[in-house]
Formats: sequence, structure tokens, C-alpha cells
Amino acid sequence: MTTEVYLNSRYVGDVENPEQFVQNIVDSRRKADLSSNVNVSYDKKKNEIHVESLRGRLRRPLIVVKDGKSLLTEKHITQLEKSELTFSDLLKQGVIEYLDAAEEEGTFIAFYENELTKQHTHLEISPIDIFGLCGSLVPYANHSPGARIAMGAKNQKQSLGLYAANFSVRMDMDVNILHSAQRPIVTTLTHETSMYEKHPSGQNIVVAVMAYKGYNMEDAVILNKGSIDRGMGRSTYFRPAITEELRYAGGLTDEISIPDKEVKGYKSERDYRFLEEDGIIYPEAQVKEGDVVIGKTSPPRFLSSLEEYNLASNTRRESSLGMKHGEEGIVDFVCITENEEGNKLVQVRLRDQRIPEVGDKFTSRHGQKGVVGLIVPHADMPFSASGIVPDLIFSPHGIPSRMTISHLIELIGGKVGALTGRYIDGTTFDSEPEAALRKLLLQFGFRENGTETMYNGETGEQYQAKIFIGNMYYLKLKHMVANKLHSRARGPIQLLTRQPTEGRSKEGGLRLGEMEKDTFVAHGAALLLKERFDSDKTVVPVCESCGMVAIYNEFKDQSYCPICGDNVEISDIEMSYAFKLILDEFKALGVYPKLQLKTKY
Amino acid sequence: MDEELFKEYEDKLPPAILENIRKNAPEKITKAQLKKVLELTLKEYEEMAIEPGESVGVISAESIGEPGTQMTLNTFHFAGVAEMNVTTGLPRIIEILDGRKALSTPMMEIYLQKPYSTGKDIKKIALMVKETKVCDVASEFEINLADSTIEIKLDKQKLEEVGLTPSTLVKNIEKAMKVNLKLKDDDLVVVKTSSKESSLNEVYKLKEKIKDAYVQGIKGILQVLPVKRGDEFIIITAGTNLRKVLELEFVDPVRTVSNDVYEIGEVLGVEAARQAIINEILKVVDSQGLNIDKRHIMLVADMMCFSGDLKGITRYGIVQEKASVLARASFETPIKHIIDAALVGEVDKLNSVVENVMINQPLPIGTGLPSLIVDAKK
Repeated sequence: MTTEVYLNSRYVGDVENPEQFVQNIVDSRRKADLSSNVNVSYDKKKNEIHVESLRGRLRRPLIVVKDGKSLLTEKHITQLEKSELTFSDLLKQGVIEYLDAAEEEGTFIAFYENELTKQHTHLEISPIDIFGLCGSLVPYANHSPGARIAMGAKNQKQSLGLYAANFSVRMDMDVNILHSAQRPIVTTLTHETSMYEKHPSGQNIVVAVMAYKGYNMEDAVILNKGSIDRGMGRSTYFRPAITEELRYAGGLTDEISIPDKEVKGYKSERDYRFLEEDGIIYPEAQVKEGDVVIGKTSPPRFLSSLEEYNLASNTRRESSLGMKHGEEGIVDFVCITENEEGNKLVQVRLRDQRIPEVGDKFTSRHGQKGVVGLIVPHADMPFSASGIVPDLIFSPHGIPSRMTISHLIELIGGKVGALTGRYIDGTTFDSEPEAALRKLLLQFGFRENGTETMYNGETGEQYQAKIFIGNMYYLKLKHMVANKLHSRARGPIQLLTRQPTEGRSKEGGLRLGEMEKDTFVAHGAALLLKERFDSDKTVVPVCESCGMVAIYNEFKDQSYCPICGDNVEISDIEMSYAFKLILDEFKALGVYPKLQLKTKY
Repeated sequence: MDEELFKEYEDKLPPAILENIRKNAPEKITKAQLKKVLELTLKEYEEMAIEPGESVGVISAESIGEPGTQMTLNTFHFAGVAEMNVTTGLPRIIEILDGRKALSTPMMEIYLQKPYSTGKDIKKIALMVKETKVCDVASEFEINLADSTIEIKLDKQKLEEVGLTPSTLVKNIEKAMKVNLKLKDDDLVVVKTSSKESSLNEVYKLKEKIKDAYVQGIKGILQVLPVKRGDEFIIITAGTNLRKVLELEFVDPVRTVSNDVYEIGEVLGVEAARQAIINEILKVVDSQGLNIDKRHIMLVADMMCFSGDLKGITRYGIVQEKASVLARASFETPIKHIIDAALVGEVDKLNSVVENVMINQPLPIGTGLPSLIVDAKK
């Protein structure tokens, strides 16, 4: 019986001896005769061999094992340490190889070197390899459910930190920099290998696990006002305003300058007050909603009417870049360059300091995210016998159902690290054991379980319960209320439907949707519902003869029907503008929507 | 008991309530006392009635829809010998409400008449119900190229299980297929091909046809599973054929049910279909541990059935029936509805809810319902 061979899922032929064939490919790959990108797998059930060399396969490196012995020897390691050898050299020597999912299926991989037996084919470089970058940044992850680790990993991607060391000369859209970010006390191997201290994204703070007057229920956290005043969780928000001098057909161009008063759409002198002669704002100007950052005028949109053509220079349009609704900040950096097309390009970066406030989102690295529920004055915070005041109070109710034990171990680990003045290794599967941490805590004169006697900050009374308190690495996430808070009573409407605009940036209304409408109907609140949907109500004159929308002549104060003339009865009808619009759309379809009027009373 | 008094209340109170009073009233009740009981009952009954203008439809929709979000999308697997799975949860609800004709898992529960329900020979009875095909009792099909015949090797054990002998099998196949069969040996059936099936291709086609030939049982019943329910044995089947099953003499036609609402409507009528809709939805709701009032489901079932035949809650079903053009247009395929309405010059009286939401007028519901009876102009 022969075995079918497929190269990149395409049938290429048969082989007599499948095992030997596969072994040959693997051997020549290890000898670097074949590219290290080639993977081969043998499916005994289907009697097929698949050789893959294309991109798009998820692969990971493993140490090759021969006869129960790792090919990576002490010699290699010393050479690596001396930089006489690199990782890719090991790949070329066949000490390490990359396996894809299919080839991994036929292997027997040992976690640690001392577990190796004759049957093993590979050895993990480190067990932490089974995680991705973010996943391996979670300390003690082997103590928590996988789902929580995944959430912890996801949360870290949203954390504020030092995203790039050259941020001060960059023009990134919508970015944040965390002030005085720190390296975590409880680290993992990945923190070192990825040089986390060069781009940290959180702070080590003191966390107490206790309820606080109900303000930290449902995952909320309590922050210490004193800590905030000392700079905890403070960040800066950057947002550039970018515009260019566009060139139009006919030699007309945009012009970046302070607009003339004759310009169409001129705002007000006050709005342009920060602009310098070149039409661009100066650095360190404090701008608020409506202020213009870059003054700009554009040529008229249409040159159709003769009048406009003659006075082309006078009828330019205002197209300045201003602060949007609800935005404020300080001009941080101004940059004037040219873009690829040779147009003048102006970039103005705005900066705004973000001090933690109620509603900002914070998280530990274990998927334990929460929103600030209350900011308590330093004096009112609980304190320990030694005078330690927590920076943050975390609710104990977040623990039992989520089973994030790693969160609790990090708390103890952080406490030991702070006491001993060293970093704690929390690498998943390879960490400092929890028992050792507890022992150390005991040596420092603390309870080995991490709890302490605490006192009520307001009354000075001792709490009956012992409070679990320690140090943790906390992250501030990019979701901040300052970017989201929104309300509206009256405001802009859309041109087409005359309904309120949508979205915070356009000062939009909050939609009362279909399901919300149903609740009004279910309550029988018919008139209240009508009132709620009055946002686009209009009064339309309707011809009673033909049933179409008539015309009201304001000069003569009389209505007439464009079809039936002015000798017909015309009544004013109240309806939603959206309905008037759909009547027009019916007409566009070639359908005649005739309104038959009847007195309601 | 004063029958006269009861008669007086006959069209005021539903028969079930009257019957309840009749049954539970003490023997020695006086006429005055009975009258008081009936009067109080009537008062209570009328207080319970839904008031005019209550939006029962939306309330039903919300009352079914909200718990519906908690339903799982899992199909439930029987942990049994024969692998049977049943669609439950949201997919099943959607299936019922859409009024689909082809279900994803059609099922029957066949109750048996007294002597058969004891469990004796239950397996045999079950197999009589099951549709048996040739391939179910054969172990091998072979084409003899030399004399272009098809040889079917029979599985004697299976044959015995379904209560057939090779000779009866041959008779049954001949009845179903009109082919020339011959019993060779005890377990080998030879199919002679006529001159029409000369080419190998044709013979192969015939072989495939014979594989699926009907031998015995009821068509459409793909699997059977005898189960003990309470004191008696019943048969749960995969696949339905209500009409044929009810004709069987050992079946209890009163309690036997199918989960195919459409089929019930065809065989037993709309009223039965309405009840089936209610029962099937309640079954899902109960299995998910949800609590939805029966009356909401009854309303939905009524909407689906009141026209006389079963209509699903789809754009082809009850939405098609709506009087208002605008209401129909607001639910899927608007342009089609507008143009169809324009072709016949339909008039929208704006009598219902959706239309009035669209034109921003008070809805004829709840507080929007009362209006002047006297014409103000006169």
C-alpha cells in the first residue's frame, strides 16, 4: 500500500515507505538542506502525508530531542551567553525547529528537561511559550482560569503607558501617555525579554481587598484622593489636528491664514483669537470648545453663478479646523511641512491632562477590571497598624465567581517584593512558589496570609475583619469618562431627515429606538410616545383635492396647490418630517401617495 | 343544584368555571347562596379581563422575547442506544413560529392501546412502525458483471429482528419496485435486469434504487426508541407520519402526538394545530427553565391560526395579512409592498400602531384610544 503525498494541499504523488519519507524531510530540514519553513505531517488514518511550505501557518519553536536527550547542551548555552551563537544559528544546526499545528500533532513534547524519556521527540524552550506575548505578561497565570487570563491579556493591550519613547515628536491620533509608569514588582520572564521597563504601562500600588460603603460593588474600585494628588494614574491625552492646503482645478487653492470677515461662514473674532499671522495657533495656548486651531479658507464650491465668478476672491468659504464639541486642551506642538503631493501640511497636536475621576477604568493583570466608584480623601481611607493607607480598594466579591487566584498571589508577591526590595518572579509554570512568599511574609513580621489589622479612616475604630492588603501592578485603561460623557437637550439636526444628529462628536441625540418605543406602546402611553417622537415634527400644507403637499407663499400669506391651483381647500397637517420624506420617495418611485384628510374631532 | 341559575350565567362565564363551581359547591347550598357565589365569580372574572386599549401584542412579544434571550442555542442529545437529538431552545421556537413545513428534527410519541402498552414485544411493535429499507436488512450489494445481475446478501439476524423472512422480503420488494427477483440459497437475492438496463451505468443506478426500496413499516419513520413512561411503554420516533400511524390498530390515537405542527394541522385541523403550537412552545420554555405565561403563547398561536390555516410569523405569513400598507412595508421588503399596493390603489386607514408611529400621530392604544363620539363640526 502506498501513501498519498500532498505538497501545499496539492496531490503530487505516492510513496512506499511513509515513515522513512517523513523522516527524510525532517532530517534534511534539520541539516538545513531544506528551508526551516517546511513542515511535514503524516496522517496515519487517512494515509496521507502533507508537506506545507506556504505562509499563514501558526508555528512555534521547540528544542529537538534525540534518544531522550535534548540537543541543546550546556555548551550551546554558554556560547549563547557569550553571544558567540544566535537563535538563528541554533535553527540552522537543527537544535531548534519550528513546528506548525499539523506537525505538532505527531510529536511528544516534554515540559521540562528532567521529564525527558526515550519516547519524547521535543522539549519546550520554556513552558511559557504556550502563551502569546500578552498572555505571558500575566503573572502566576497557571493559578487562574484560562478565560480570565485571556481577559487579562486583552486588558493589557488597552492600558496606558509609554507606547513609544519618541512620543513627543510623533503625531499619532488619539494616544495616551501614563505619567511615571513603573515596571511591575511581580514580573514574568517575558517582562525581561521584552524589555518591559523601557515601555511600562502601569503602576505598583497598595491594594486592600474590602468592601467600602457599597461604592465598590459590581466591580467598582475606590481610589485614594491623596494618591491621585500625588500623581497616581495620571495621563496625558494627545490628539492632532491635521489639515493641508488643497489645490483645486483652475489654479485655486486653499489658504491657511486668519480668515477675512467677508468669508462665507465666518465664525467670530473671538473664535480666531489664538491664531498668529500665519493663521496657525501658538504652542501652549489653552483652547476650549469652538476655538479655531488652524485658520483656513477654501475657494467657493461652485462657480456656476456669474456673480460669484466675478467676485471669486471675496466669496471664499471658511474651512478652519476648530475644537470639536466638548473638547479642550493645550496646544502642545505645531508642525508645518509638505506632504507627498507638495501641498502645505499643518499639524497641531493638542494635549490634555487626564486625572483619574469617577468612571475611569482600572484593572489588574488578571482580568479583574473595574470602574472608579468613589474617590475618598486620604484622611478617610482605612489604614493599617503600621500606617499604610491603600491606594485602591478592591471588592472581595470579584474573587469567588471568577476564581482569579493569580490576582491574590500577585498581591502577596507584591507585598513581599516591596518588603524585600526585589522583583518577584511570577512566570507562569516557573514562578516563585506561593508557600515561599508566605514564609517570607512571616519573617517580616506580617501574617503569612497577607491580612492585616486595619482601622476605619473616619472613626478610627478597628475593623473586626482582618483586611487582605498588599502591593499590585495596576493598569489604567484607555476608556476614560472624559472622552465619553455626553448629553443633549437641543442641538444640531440632520439636513435630510431633520432628525437629531448621531454621535457624541456631533453633539447628537440619544436614540429612542424601536425596542424602547415598544415599551411606551406596552404601557399604553400613546401621547407620551408622540411627544418623544416630535423631534422632527413639521406642519405641511396639504391640498384636499389631490392629497399632495401644497405650497405656502409667505409673502402673500396664502397657500396654493401646484396641481390644482389656489381655488382648493388647503389644510395644515402636522406630521413627522420623515413621513413627508417618504411621501417624496414614493413619488420618486412613481407611486402617487394621496392623503385623504378627515377631521379628528 | 339549581340548573336554572347556571343557565342564566352560561353566556357570562366560561363553561370550565361553571363546571368547577358545580363540582365543588356543597350539596346543601341554597339558591341564594349559589347566586351569590356566581355573582362574585362573575365580578372577579370581569375584573380579570383585559381592558380595551391594552397592547396585548407588544406585551406578549416582550414577554416571550426577553426570556428568549436567555435561551441556549444547544441541541439536546439523548443519552441512549439510538442516537437521537432534538432541536430545542431558540432554533426550535423560531421553527415553530415561522410555521415551517420541514422541521429539523421531526418526532412522534406513539402511545399504545392497552394490551400492547405493557411492554411485551415492544421492540417488535416498534420495528413494525419503523420504515425498513432493503439496505437495512442487507449486508452486501454486488453487481455481477458476467450476467449483469445484482446480488443482495441478506443479514439474517437483522431480518429476523424486523420480523421478516427472506421470501416475504422478496414479495415486498417486488410490490414496491417491479423488478425480477429470485431467492437463491437462504440469504441471497438475485435481481435479474431487463434488457433496458443494459449498460453498467444503468445497472448501478438500479442497485442504488433497490438499496432505498421500501420493505415494510411506515414511511417517514426513520428511527424508533421504545421508552417506559410511567406504567406503560411508548415509542418515540424520529421522523413523522401522523396519518399512517393513527391508522395502526395498536396505537392509541387520542394521546399519540407529533411535533410537526403543520402535519397536525393537515391531519387533525387548525384547532389541533393551535393547541400543538402552544404545547410545543411551552415544552421548549419549560425545558429551558423559563417562565412565560401561557396566555402570551396562546395569543401568538391564535394569530397564526385564526385565518383558518397555519400561517407563520414571516413576511409570507401573518405579515402578509396586515391591512395597512405602511405596516407591511415597515417589516422586510418595503419597496415590494409599496409597489404592489400602488398597483391596486390600496388605501391605508391608519388604524393600527406602526403606521401612526411613522406619521407621528397618537397611537390608537392606551391613552391614545379615547376620542369624541360627537362630530365637532355639527
